[in-house]
Amino acid sequence: MILLWLLAVPAVGGALAWGAGAAHANWSRWISIVVLSLDLLLALSLISPATSTGHTAWIASFERPWIPQLGISFELDLDGLSLVLILLTLALSLISVVISWTEITERVGLFHANLLWTTTGVIGVFLALDLFLFFFFWELMLVPMYFLIALWGHENRFYAAIKFFLFTQGSGLIMLIAILVLVFIHQHATGHLTFDYLALLGTKMNSTTAFWLMLGFFIAFAVKLPAVPFHTWLPDAHTEAPTAGSVLLAGILLKTGAYGLLRFVVPLFPDAAHAFAPVAMTLAVIGILYGALLAFGQNDMKRLVAYSSISHMGFILLGVFAWNTLALDGVVVQMLAHGVSTSALFILVGALQERIHTRDMRFMGGLWGSLPRLSAFGMFFAIASLGLPGLGNFIGEFLILLGSFHVSVTFTVFAAGGLVAAAAYSLLLVQRAFHGTVGSFPDKTRLFDLETPHLVVMMVLTLSIVGLGVYPQPIFCQVAPGLSVLQRSGQQVSTGPRARVVEQP
Amino acid sequence: MREFLWLVPALPLLGSVILMLGSARLSVRASAMIGVLSVGLAALLALVISFGFLLEPPAGDVYQQTLWRWFHVSSFSVNIGLRLDPLSLLMMLITSGVGFLIHLFATEFMEGEQGYGRFFAHLNLFVAAMLLLVLARNFLVLYAGWEGVGLCSYLLIGFWWGDPLNGLAARKAFIVTRIGDTAFLIGLLLIATHLGTLNIASAMTRAPETWDVASPMVTLIAFLLLGGAVGKSAQLPLHTWLPDAMAGPTPVSALIHAATMVTAGVYLIARTHALFLLAPIAQFTVGIVGALTLLLAGFSALAQNDIKRVLAYSTMSQIGYMFVALGVGAWGAAMFHLMTHAFFKALLFLSAGAVTMRLHHEQDIFKMGGLWRRLPVAFWSFLIGSAALAALPLITAGFYSKEAILSGAWVDGTSGRVLWGAGVVGAFVTGVYIFRVVFIAFFGEEHAHVSGRYGWRVIVPLIVLSTLSLVGGFIQLPPAFGHITLLSDLLSAVVPAPLEATTVLPLLFASFVSIFGIVLAAVLYWRPTHAQADTPLWRFWHAAAGFDWLYDRLLVCPLLWAARIDRNDFIDRVYSGIVWATRAGHFAVRRTQSGRVRLYAAGLALGSICLIAIAVLR
Repeated sequence: MILLWLLAVPAVGGALAWGAGAAHANWSRWISIVVLSLDLLLALSLISPATSTGHTAWIASFERPWIPQLGISFELDLDGLSLVLILLTLALSLISVVISWTEITERVGLFHANLLWTTTGVIGVFLALDLFLFFFFWELMLVPMYFLIALWGHENRFYAAIKFFLFTQGSGLIMLIAILVLVFIHQHATGHLTFDYLALLGTKMNSTTAFWLMLGFFIAFAVKLPAVPFHTWLPDAHTEAPTAGSVLLAGILLKTGAYGLLRFVVPLFPDAAHAFAPVAMTLAVIGILYGALLAFGQNDMKRLVAYSSISHMGFILLGVFAWNTLALDGVVVQMLAHGVSTSALFILVGALQERIHTRDMRFMGGLWGSLPRLSAFGMFFAIASLGLPGLGNFIGEFLILLGSFHVSVTFTVFAAGGLVAAAAYSLLLVQRAFHGTVGSFPDKTRLFDLETPHLVVMMVLTLSIVGLGVYPQPIFCQVAPGLSVLQRSGQQVSTGPRARVVEQP
Repeated sequence: MREFLWLVPALPLLGSVILMLGSARLSVRASAMIGVLSVGLAALLALVISFGFLLEPPAGDVYQQTLWRWFHVSSFSVNIGLRLDPLSLLMMLITSGVGFLIHLFATEFMEGEQGYGRFFAHLNLFVAAMLLLVLARNFLVLYAGWEGVGLCSYLLIGFWWGDPLNGLAARKAFIVTRIGDTAFLIGLLLIATHLGTLNIASAMTRAPETWDVASPMVTLIAFLLLGGAVGKSAQLPLHTWLPDAMAGPTPVSALIHAATMVTAGVYLIARTHALFLLAPIAQFTVGIVGALTLLLAGFSALAQNDIKRVLAYSTMSQIGYMFVALGVGAWGAAMFHLMTHAFFKALLFLSAGAVTMRLHHEQDIFKMGGLWRRLPVAFWSFLIGSAALAALPLITAGFYSKEAILSGAWVDGTSGRVLWGAGVVGAFVTGVYIFRVVFIAFFGEEHAHVSGRYGWRVIVPLIVLSTLSLVGGFIQLPPAFGHITLLSDLLSAVVPAPLEATTVLPLLFASFVSIFGIVLAAVLYWRPTHAQADTPLWRFWHAAAGFDWLYDRLLVCPLLWAARIDRNDFIDRVYSGIVWATRAGHFAVRRTQSGRVRLYAAGLALGSICLIAIAVLR
């Protein structure tokens, strides 16, 4: 039942915020804060007290028949992986509200409604274990996100919003076809029509069919992740979205792609995914290096951060297809760390744009002198993003590299090249924006440093990334049961253990 | 006291955090106090712990401390823990002690600079990272310190951020060393995969059990670790960042060159010597890299006019000696030279800093001249440092440590003799280049206006370091003089004991060579011609044999070019192409909906004809 509340609170809260916005803008802001805090508390209460393994993977479940004639039910299940991602979602949504306080001044009520509904959709994606319901939420989170970009975005927002929508919608359609075919194959085999994920696991089919279905799911998630060559919607969407939109996109929506790969692609089609792994890992490595190259060449600061996301998401794709415990734990930490560090960078770019009215780094420079706090945080998160040990991103990247090393040395070595590339573009960002001679940005009258709300947000994000970096173990304990269940189904039908796992203490 | 070992890296870290959070509010005086005290207390604690360690050695000469479990995944776990053994003890003392003196000097040197608090925050962090590196019990913790050191070098080289050139130098330092770091990380992945642990001690025990001597895997790992070491220690081919790193304030250069950073590579190889013993080719390569670097850097130092650049190249050259020592298995000699080098190089940089402080940051030696009378403190300090660097026989510490390296090379067979030859040539060049600076900058005509006086915070570190540069070598004397073996006895618990040189001849030879170098410098530069001969040879060595030029052409320019032309991502063009095709199709089809009946009729007729034609002709 608590899972239903988890969904209902932001959904209803969105409607309330919209209504209240008509009366006073601040009401909808406060309503959003209260609603999200409440939801966050609900989610926190689900953290399993027993951190040791050996428990069942599912922490909470909720099931009601929805369209029983078609075997569709309203089935929500929560394991450690979902929980961790939901916590990230709610925390970043809350932060999005805070940092939009001064940035969003028009149609405030509608803005917050869309923000909360996006959150609802994402939480639904992380909870749904009925494939039809999953698809429903998958589509649901797009629409409010589309409006967030199209209504409150920057110069080229319609182009970006439509591009975003077409990419995700088109790929979602492919997934829908794959879902339907999978369900019919299952019905043909067992005579039982159902969209239940747990029932569909281990459906027997010939390898060609499995490959095509796997590809259908893979493309949908690869677009969302995004993996090269499906990544080109991302820089436009991230750049044109308002700051809160960029935070939601980078911090959360990209993670739904990774989650889909983890939850559906490999467990549903283990053998096909295994056969496909070299291709996926090639795409991952290309993504890491090519994303970094693109980030390095950008003049628009927000685009630079956006392309760096592509590079970081390459590590996630690599880790998922390495499919061993080390790599998967790395994937989880990488998701969280990337969510935090990239969101922080987007918030800082947004704050900077509010002050100097440009994102173009050719006009920046020397900002450390006038905005020391903003610049210091900018440098901190740039450094986090290049994977400095002691900060969260390093744990993720190291475990992913270690895990994929067992599977393929070649891919890992090339992926490790991304560490050098990340240093190049991150430090270039710091140089061009904060160091050097003072730039010729248009508005020099509003150069005031970060105010208290932003400072608090930045401190929270800083502490999270340090916490992830020096003591990530609680996260690993939280996700361990869920991941091991996933891994077992991911290896159920395959011929043998996928990877040699280090066994020595 | 040993249980407080964790405080040694933690104190500077704490100081750094306090300074970072409060740098805007803290006064200059408070920043200086926090910065110096945190490192000073760490040094004091290190000293106390070391005394305890030496008087009452723990079992096996090792004290280990586990702080917390970093992570534990799929039976692979990494603990954050510290390990104190004679090797890390020596490094801890050097880092914290010399680091403290440099901090003290910096409080006066940096007075009146913008960002005083930020400077000490980063300086403290630098020392903390280096202490973590040397005390780490686990390779991954060592790597954390290793990257932390790289980060701090970036922050401090680019400390004066107003000038884009400083930023460039800082990024170059970080990125070039990170190339080495990545090789190191891949080496760690191999160790973790094949030995199943990243605990340094267990890995070193398991390595000989797992691999035979010269087996490909251990050779590969050793080469990858060497990759990391050449990056951090500025050896060929990843040495190009070090001369540019002079963009930072002088105390930073002192810290990078003496107490932290560049010695990390030497320490890493000494720490993992078990692997290098299993990989003779890799170990030999270490020696070759060292020999080539010491010659290249020595000749390049001859062709520099900036006092700090001379010292930068001299560091590369001296680290080259340490690599030679590692290459011939004289592990103790490498650590010995690391120690004396920390003393005299810190001394040289600080006295050079003391000179430039009084000359409005003028660093060109040809614009100095005659300073010995004006700045006696700086002069004597620089002279002592130079004598130690040039290994002036008997009275300097540098002599004994360099002698230990050369005799170690001499007894190591034919290949050792070659390295010995390179070392002797290098010793000669060293004498020439450093005394060239002494004679040009401190003697002859005065060219510069000197202003101001030194406070005690400048003088005390100079005196302490001068003393150490003179007497620091007496803890280890060759058989020919006294045969004191304090250091090698201490280190014998960690590294194999060195072979003893049996003849005195090479020793005598090497000592005379350095004196010849000094004499030659006196002959050439006692009355220097002001204009430097601008010959192609001079320009070649001034540019350090053109490695920067080569890397620019081979790597930097192509990458910049690729980033520039693909700024708009050619893959996006494909999707734009689809959009364009759709639109074009739309326009083409829309044109047919013109509403003109004649056209529709014509279309109908044409279609019918086509259909009939197909039906008939088929």
